[in-house]
Amino acid sequence: MKVSVSIVGASGYTGGELLRLLLFHPNVELKQVTSESYTGKFVHKIHPNLRKSSILKFVSAAELEPCDLLFLCLPHNSSQNKIDDYKKLAPKIIDLSADFRLKDSTEYEKWYGHKHARPDLLNEFIYGIPELHREEMKTANYISSAGCNATASILGLYPLYKNGMVELDRTVIEVKVGSSEGGNKVNEGSHHPERSGVVRSYQPTQHRHTAEMLQEMSFGKKMQIHFSATAIDMVRGLLATCHVFLKEDLQEKEIWKIYREAYGNEPFIRIVKESDGIYRYPEPKLLSGTNYCDIGFKKDEFSNRLVVMSAIDNLMKGAAGQALQAFNIMHGFDEKTGLEFPGLHPI
Amino acid sequence: MKTECPVCSAEIELAKDSVQGELIECPDCGTELEVISVTPPAVKEAPQEEEDWGE
Ligand SMILES: [Zn+2]
Repeated sequence: MKVSVSIVGASGYTGGELLRLLLFHPNVELKQVTSESYTGKFVHKIHPNLRKSSILKFVSAAELEPCDLLFLCLPHNSSQNKIDDYKKLAPKIIDLSADFRLKDSTEYEKWYGHKHARPDLLNEFIYGIPELHREEMKTANYISSAGCNATASILGLYPLYKNGMVELDRTVIEVKVGSSEGGNKVNEGSHHPERSGVVRSYQPTQHRHTAEMLQEMSFGKKMQIHFSATAIDMVRGLLATCHVFLKEDLQEKEIWKIYREAYGNEPFIRIVKESDGIYRYPEPKLLSGTNYCDIGFKKDEFSNRLVVMSAIDNLMKGAAGQALQAFNIMHGFDEKTGLEFPGLHPI
Repeated sequence: MKTECPVCSAEIELAKDSVQGELIECPDCGTELEVISVTPPAVKEAPQEEEDWGE
Protein backbone atom coordinates (compact mmCIF):
# COMPACT_ATOMS: atom_id res chain seq x y z
CA MET A 1 0.00 0.00 0.00
CA LYS A 2 1.33 3.43 -0.98
CA VAL A 3 0.25 6.58 0.80
CA SER A 4 0.36 9.79 -1.26
CA VAL A 5 2.07 12.51 0.69
CA SER A 6 2.99 16.16 0.18
CA ILE A 7 5.18 18.45 2.26
CA VAL A 8 4.21 22.07 2.84
CA GLY A 9 7.32 24.11 3.57
CA ALA A 10 9.91 21.69 2.26
CA SER A 11 12.83 24.07 1.81
CA GLY A 12 13.49 24.50 5.54
CA TYR A 13 15.71 22.18 7.57
CA THR A 14 12.86 20.12 8.99
CA GLY A 15 11.12 19.89 5.62
CA GLY A 16 14.37 18.84 3.97
CA GLU A 17 14.98 16.16 6.53
CA LEU A 18 11.49 14.83 6.01
CA LEU A 19 11.99 14.93 2.26
CA ARG A 20 15.16 12.84 2.65
CA LEU A 21 13.28 10.25 4.69
CA LEU A 22 10.12 10.10 2.57
CA LEU A 23 12.01 9.65 -0.71
CA PHE A 24 13.28 6.29 0.55
CA HIS A 25 10.14 5.12 2.34
CA PRO A 26 8.74 2.05 0.57
CA ASN A 27 5.11 2.91 1.35
CA VAL A 28 5.18 6.54 0.35
CA GLU A 29 4.45 8.24 -2.92
CA LEU A 30 5.88 11.71 -2.50
CA LYS A 31 3.66 13.94 -4.58
CA GLN A 32 4.46 17.59 -4.05
CA VAL A 33 6.81 19.70 -2.00
CA THR A 34 6.17 23.40 -1.57
CA SER A 35 8.32 26.44 -1.12
CA GLU A 36 7.29 29.99 -1.87
CA SER A 37 10.88 31.24 -2.12
CA TYR A 38 12.13 28.45 -4.39
CA THR A 39 9.11 27.66 -6.58
CA GLY A 40 10.21 25.97 -9.79
CA LYS A 41 13.64 24.94 -8.49
CA PHE A 42 14.86 21.37 -8.11
CA VAL A 43 14.90 20.25 -4.48
CA HIS A 44 18.64 19.54 -4.64
CA LYS A 45 19.30 23.25 -5.15
CA ILE A 46 18.41 23.66 -1.48
CA HIS A 47 19.08 20.16 -0.17
CA PRO A 48 22.25 19.14 -2.05
CA ASN A 49 22.37 15.72 -0.39
CA LEU A 50 19.34 14.82 -2.52
CA ARG A 51 21.08 15.34 -5.86
CA LYS A 52 20.28 12.32 -8.02
CA SER A 53 17.73 11.03 -5.49
CA SER A 54 14.85 13.06 -6.83
CA ILE A 55 13.82 15.21 -9.75
CA LEU A 56 11.05 16.89 -7.78
CA LYS A 57 10.76 20.66 -8.02
CA PHE A 58 9.29 22.94 -5.41
CA VAL A 59 5.81 24.22 -6.14
CA SER A 60 3.84 27.03 -4.55
CA ALA A 61 1.38 26.04 -1.86
CA ALA A 62 -1.34 27.48 -4.11
CA GLU A 63 -0.70 24.59 -6.53
CA LEU A 64 -1.22 21.86 -3.95
CA GLU A 65 -3.38 18.95 -5.06
CA PRO A 66 -5.32 16.59 -2.83
CA CYS A 67 -3.33 13.75 -1.26
CA ASP A 68 -3.66 11.22 1.56
CA LEU A 69 -1.55 13.09 4.06
CA LEU A 70 0.04 16.52 4.39
CA PHE A 71 3.14 17.22 6.42
CA LEU A 72 3.20 20.87 7.49
CA CYS A 73 6.72 22.21 8.10
CA LEU A 74 5.85 25.86 8.36
CA PRO A 75 7.05 28.65 10.64
CA HIS A 76 5.21 29.13 13.89
CA ASN A 77 1.73 30.64 13.62
CA SER A 78 1.20 29.62 9.97
CA SER A 79 -0.64 26.30 10.22
CA GLN A 80 -3.33 27.58 12.59
CA ASN A 81 -4.33 30.35 10.17
CA LYS A 82 -4.67 28.13 7.11
CA ILE A 83 -5.69 24.85 8.67
CA ASP A 84 -9.07 24.73 6.91
CA ASP A 85 -7.38 24.89 3.48
CA TYR A 86 -5.07 22.03 4.43
CA LYS A 87 -7.92 19.97 5.86
CA LYS A 88 -9.70 20.23 2.51
CA LEU A 89 -6.64 18.89 0.71
CA ALA A 90 -5.94 15.86 2.88
CA PRO A 91 -7.83 13.73 5.37
CA LYS A 92 -4.70 13.35 7.49
CA ILE A 93 -2.26 15.99 8.68
CA ILE A 94 0.99 15.90 10.62
CA ASP A 95 1.97 19.40 11.71
CA LEU A 96 5.59 19.84 12.73
CA SER A 97 5.16 23.36 14.09
CA ALA A 98 4.17 24.33 17.61
CA ASP A 99 0.70 25.48 16.57
CA PHE A 100 -1.33 22.51 17.80
CA ARG A 101 0.86 21.00 20.51
CA LEU A 102 -0.90 22.45 23.53
CA LYS A 103 -4.38 21.36 24.54
CA ASP A 104 -5.22 24.40 26.60
CA SER A 105 -5.67 27.71 24.75
CA THR A 106 -4.98 29.70 27.93
CA GLU A 107 -1.64 27.98 28.29
CA TYR A 108 -1.00 28.65 24.62
CA GLU A 109 -1.65 32.34 25.08
CA LYS A 110 0.56 32.46 28.16
CA TRP A 111 3.58 30.90 26.44
CA TYR A 112 3.17 32.20 22.91
CA GLY A 113 1.96 35.71 23.78
CA HIS A 114 -1.04 35.82 21.49
CA LYS A 115 -4.45 34.22 21.14
CA HIS A 116 -4.67 30.96 19.24
CA ALA A 117 -6.50 31.35 15.91
CA ARG A 118 -8.37 28.04 16.23
CA PRO A 119 -8.66 26.96 19.86
CA ASP A 120 -11.59 24.75 18.81
CA LEU A 121 -9.15 22.45 17.01
CA LEU A 122 -6.57 22.02 19.76
CA ASN A 123 -8.07 18.78 21.00
CA GLU A 124 -8.24 17.24 17.55
CA PHE A 125 -4.48 16.86 17.42
CA ILE A 126 -2.62 14.05 19.15
CA TYR A 127 0.62 15.19 20.76
CA GLY A 128 3.37 13.65 18.66
CA ILE A 129 5.58 11.60 20.96
CA PRO A 130 4.88 7.95 20.03
CA GLU A 131 6.33 6.59 23.25
CA LEU A 132 3.52 8.42 25.11
CA HIS A 133 0.62 8.38 22.65
CA ARG A 134 1.08 5.36 20.42
CA GLU A 135 -2.41 3.96 20.96
CA GLU A 136 -4.13 7.24 20.11
CA MET A 137 -1.94 7.65 17.04
CA LYS A 138 -3.18 4.39 15.56
CA THR A 139 -6.55 5.94 14.82
CA ALA A 140 -5.54 9.60 14.61
CA ASN A 141 -6.11 11.87 11.63
CA TYR A 142 -4.22 14.82 13.07
CA ILE A 143 -0.89 14.74 14.84
CA SER A 144 1.12 17.65 16.18
CA SER A 145 4.79 16.76 16.30
CA ALA A 146 6.57 17.62 19.53
CA GLY A 147 9.29 20.23 20.01
CA CYS A 148 12.88 18.98 19.99
CA ASN A 149 13.79 20.23 23.47
CA ALA A 150 10.51 18.89 24.78
CA THR A 151 11.02 15.51 23.15
CA ALA A 152 14.43 14.95 24.72
CA SER A 153 13.37 16.26 28.13
CA ILE A 154 10.08 14.41 28.24
CA LEU A 155 11.54 11.08 27.12
CA GLY A 156 14.27 11.46 29.73
CA LEU A 157 11.95 12.23 32.63
CA TYR A 158 8.57 10.73 31.78
CA PRO A 159 9.04 7.38 33.57
CA LEU A 160 10.04 9.17 36.78
CA TYR A 161 7.05 11.51 36.77
CA LYS A 162 4.63 8.83 35.71
CA ASN A 163 5.68 6.67 38.63
CA GLY A 164 5.55 9.62 41.04
CA MET A 165 9.19 9.25 42.04
CA VAL A 166 10.39 12.85 41.96
CA GLU A 167 9.67 16.10 43.74
CA LEU A 168 7.32 18.16 41.64
CA ASP A 169 8.89 21.60 41.91
CA ARG A 170 12.64 21.08 41.73
CA THR A 171 13.28 19.85 38.18
CA VAL A 172 16.01 21.79 36.41
CA ILE A 173 16.74 21.03 32.78
CA GLU A 174 19.67 22.45 30.85
CA VAL A 175 19.68 21.72 27.14
CA LYS A 176 22.64 22.18 24.82
CA VAL A 177 21.65 22.51 21.21
CA GLY A 178 23.19 22.80 17.78
CA SER A 179 22.65 25.68 15.40
CA SER A 180 20.17 23.90 13.09
CA GLU A 181 17.54 24.22 15.81
CA GLY A 182 17.30 27.89 14.83
CA GLY A 183 16.17 26.98 11.31
CA ASN A 184 17.56 28.19 8.00
CA LYS A 185 16.67 31.86 8.31
CA VAL A 186 19.78 33.90 8.83
CA ASN A 187 20.26 36.57 11.45
CA GLU A 188 23.22 38.54 12.74
CA GLY A 189 23.90 36.00 15.43
CA SER A 190 24.07 33.14 12.94
CA HIS A 191 26.79 34.78 10.84
CA HIS A 192 29.61 32.23 10.87
CA PRO A 193 32.36 34.27 12.57
CA GLU A 194 29.87 35.21 15.30
CA ARG A 195 28.25 31.82 15.71
CA SER A 196 31.30 29.56 15.41
CA GLY A 197 32.68 28.36 18.73
CA VAL A 198 29.92 29.92 20.80
CA VAL A 199 28.41 28.76 24.07
CA ARG A 200 25.40 31.04 23.89
CA SER A 201 22.85 31.17 26.70
CA TYR A 202 20.05 31.99 24.35
CA GLN A 203 16.99 31.16 26.40
CA PRO A 204 17.82 30.90 30.11
CA THR A 205 14.16 31.16 31.17
CA GLN A 206 10.63 30.89 29.81
CA HIS A 207 11.37 28.69 26.82
CA ARG A 208 8.10 27.82 25.06
CA HIS A 209 8.82 24.11 24.97
CA THR A 210 8.42 24.12 28.77
CA ALA A 211 4.66 24.26 28.22
CA GLU A 212 4.73 20.91 26.42
CA MET A 213 6.76 19.32 29.19
CA LEU A 214 4.27 20.50 31.81
CA GLN A 215 1.33 19.32 29.73
CA GLU A 216 2.73 15.83 29.24
CA MET A 217 4.31 15.18 32.63
CA SER A 218 2.20 16.81 35.33
CA PHE A 219 -0.52 14.12 35.42
CA GLY A 220 -3.01 16.57 36.87
CA LYS A 221 -0.70 17.72 39.64
CA LYS A 222 0.79 21.14 40.13
CA MET A 223 4.42 21.03 39.14
CA GLN A 224 7.26 23.20 37.90
CA ILE A 225 9.98 22.67 35.36
CA HIS A 226 12.93 25.05 35.28
CA PHE A 227 14.31 24.94 31.77
CA SER A 228 17.28 26.68 30.13
CA ALA A 229 18.76 26.31 26.68
CA THR A 230 22.31 26.94 25.55
CA ALA A 231 23.41 27.03 21.92
CA ILE A 232 26.77 25.39 21.34
CA ASP A 233 29.00 24.78 18.37
CA MET A 234 27.32 21.79 16.78
CA VAL A 235 25.10 21.83 13.70
CA ARG A 236 22.87 18.95 14.72
CA GLY A 237 22.22 17.43 18.07
CA LEU A 238 20.81 18.16 21.46
CA LEU A 239 21.72 17.00 24.93
CA ALA A 240 19.31 17.57 27.81
CA THR A 241 20.83 17.35 31.28
CA CYS A 242 17.94 17.03 33.70
CA HIS A 243 18.33 17.41 37.45
CA VAL A 244 15.54 15.90 39.51
CA PHE A 245 15.22 15.07 43.19
CA LEU A 246 13.98 11.63 44.14
CA LYS A 247 11.38 11.35 46.86
CA GLU A 248 13.04 8.22 48.15
CA ASP A 249 16.68 7.28 48.29
CA LEU A 250 16.58 4.79 45.45
CA GLN A 251 19.52 2.75 44.28
CA GLU A 252 20.66 2.98 40.69
CA LYS A 253 19.55 -0.53 39.91
CA GLU A 254 16.02 0.39 40.91
CA ILE A 255 16.15 3.31 38.52
CA TRP A 256 17.37 0.94 35.82
CA LYS A 257 14.26 -1.12 36.42
CA ILE A 258 11.98 1.87 35.99
CA TYR A 259 13.53 2.80 32.66
CA ARG A 260 13.60 -0.80 31.48
CA GLU A 261 9.93 -1.18 32.29
CA ALA A 262 9.01 2.06 30.48
CA TYR A 263 11.17 1.65 27.43
CA GLY A 264 12.24 -2.01 27.19
CA ASN A 265 10.20 -2.56 24.03
CA GLU A 266 10.69 0.85 22.45
CA PRO A 267 12.44 0.63 19.06
CA PHE A 268 14.02 4.08 19.30
CA ILE A 269 15.02 4.41 22.94
CA ARG A 270 18.30 3.10 24.28
CA ILE A 271 19.56 3.26 27.84
CA VAL A 272 23.18 4.37 27.70
CA LYS A 273 24.97 4.04 30.99
CA GLU A 274 28.22 2.14 30.93
CA SER A 275 30.85 1.82 33.60
CA ASP A 276 33.74 1.90 31.14
CA GLY A 277 34.56 2.66 27.52
CA ILE A 278 34.68 6.03 25.77
CA TYR A 279 30.92 6.65 25.34
CA ARG A 280 29.45 6.03 28.78
CA TYR A 281 26.53 8.41 28.57
CA PRO A 282 24.33 9.69 25.73
CA GLU A 283 26.36 11.55 23.10
CA PRO A 284 24.43 13.54 20.51
CA LYS A 285 27.09 13.42 17.81
CA LEU A 286 26.66 9.64 17.52
CA LEU A 287 22.95 10.15 16.84
CA SER A 288 23.33 12.39 13.79
CA GLY A 289 20.80 11.29 11.19
CA THR A 290 19.23 8.65 13.45
CA ASN A 291 15.86 8.48 15.15
CA TYR A 292 17.20 7.27 18.48
CA CYS A 293 16.81 8.90 21.83
CA ASP A 294 19.63 7.78 24.11
CA ILE A 295 18.98 8.12 27.82
CA GLY A 296 21.40 7.75 30.70
CA PHE A 297 21.43 8.70 34.37
CA LYS A 298 23.60 9.02 37.45
CA LYS A 299 22.45 9.18 41.04
CA ASP A 300 24.31 11.58 43.30
CA GLU A 301 25.73 9.48 46.12
CA PHE A 302 25.62 12.42 48.53
CA SER A 303 22.01 13.48 47.92
CA ASN A 304 18.74 12.45 46.32
CA ARG A 305 19.61 14.23 43.11
CA LEU A 306 19.31 12.16 39.98
CA VAL A 307 20.90 13.50 36.80
CA VAL A 308 19.22 12.24 33.65
CA MET A 309 20.95 12.76 30.31
CA SER A 310 18.95 12.50 27.13
CA ALA A 311 20.33 12.98 23.61
CA ILE A 312 18.72 13.19 20.19
CA ASP A 313 19.32 14.58 16.72
CA ASN A 314 17.05 17.64 16.86
CA LEU A 315 16.05 17.30 13.19
CA MET A 316 15.34 13.57 13.48
CA LYS A 317 13.86 12.31 16.75
CA GLY A 318 13.35 16.00 17.55
CA ALA A 319 11.37 16.69 14.36
CA ALA A 320 11.19 14.84 11.03
CA GLY A 321 12.14 11.35 12.27
CA GLN A 322 9.60 11.45 15.04
CA ALA A 323 6.94 12.71 12.61
CA LEU A 324 7.67 9.79 10.30
CA GLN A 325 7.50 7.38 13.22
CA ALA A 326 4.04 8.75 13.96
CA PHE A 327 3.13 8.44 10.27
CA ASN A 328 4.12 4.76 10.36
CA ILE A 329 1.98 4.16 13.43
CA MET A 330 -1.01 5.96 11.86
CA HIS A 331 -0.88 3.67 8.84
CA GLY A 332 -0.07 0.40 10.56
CA PHE A 333 3.39 0.17 9.01
CA ASP A 334 6.36 -1.18 10.93
CA GLU A 335 7.34 1.75 13.11
CA LYS A 336 10.96 1.58 12.01
CA THR A 337 10.23 1.83 8.28
CA GLY A 338 12.44 4.48 6.71
CA LEU A 339 14.16 5.10 10.03
CA GLU A 340 16.69 2.30 10.24
CA PHE A 341 19.86 4.36 9.80
CA PRO A 342 22.06 3.53 12.83
CA GLY A 343 24.37 6.55 12.66
CA LEU A 344 28.10 6.77 12.11
CA HIS A 345 31.21 6.08 14.10
CA PRO A 346 33.66 7.77 14.04
CA ILE A 347 32.01 11.05 13.23
CA MET B 1 21.13 -20.49 34.30
CA LYS B 2 19.79 -17.00 34.93
CA THR B 3 20.96 -14.50 37.48
CA GLU B 4 20.87 -10.74 37.97
CA CYS B 5 23.47 -8.04 37.44
CA PRO B 6 24.23 -6.49 40.85
CA VAL B 7 24.70 -3.05 39.28
CA CYS B 8 21.69 -2.63 36.99
CA SER B 9 19.61 -5.74 37.76
CA ALA B 10 19.59 -6.84 34.13
CA GLU B 11 18.93 -10.53 33.61
CA ILE B 12 22.24 -12.31 33.10
CA GLU B 13 22.19 -15.60 31.26
CA LEU B 14 25.22 -17.73 32.12
CA ALA B 15 26.52 -19.92 29.29
CA LYS B 16 26.32 -23.68 29.81
CA ASP B 17 30.08 -23.97 29.99
CA SER B 18 30.54 -21.11 32.46
CA VAL B 19 33.05 -21.72 35.21
CA GLN B 20 33.60 -20.13 38.59
CA GLY B 21 35.99 -17.16 38.38
CA GLU B 22 35.14 -16.41 34.76
CA LEU B 23 34.72 -12.75 33.80
CA ILE B 24 31.68 -11.71 31.79
CA GLU B 25 30.21 -8.38 30.81
CA CYS B 26 26.69 -7.16 31.54
CA PRO B 27 24.97 -6.45 28.23
CA ASP B 28 23.04 -3.49 29.65
CA CYS B 29 25.41 -1.51 31.86
CA GLY B 30 28.70 -2.94 30.60
CA THR B 31 29.99 -3.76 34.08
CA GLU B 32 32.56 -6.51 34.23
CA LEU B 33 31.18 -9.30 36.37
CA GLU B 34 32.85 -12.29 37.97
CA VAL B 35 31.04 -15.60 38.10
CA ILE B 36 31.19 -16.56 41.77
CA SER B 37 29.04 -19.66 41.49
CA VAL B 38 27.60 -21.72 38.67
CA THR B 39 25.02 -23.78 40.56
CA PRO B 40 23.18 -21.75 41.59
CA PRO B 41 24.27 -19.04 39.17
CA ALA B 42 25.67 -15.93 40.85
CA VAL B 43 27.86 -13.03 39.83
CA LYS B 44 29.54 -10.09 41.53
CA GLU B 45 31.13 -6.90 40.29
CA ALA B 46 34.72 -7.62 39.21
CA PRO B 47 37.48 -5.37 40.57
CA GLN B 48 37.80 -2.30 38.35
CA GLU B 49 40.88 -1.43 36.35
CA GLU B 50 42.43 1.99 36.78
CA GLU B 51 40.37 4.82 35.30
CA ASP B 52 41.57 6.19 31.94
CA TRP B 53 38.79 8.51 30.95
CA GLY B 54 38.88 12.27 30.94
CA GLU B 55 37.24 15.45 29.78
ZN1 LIG C 1 24.33 -4.58 34.47
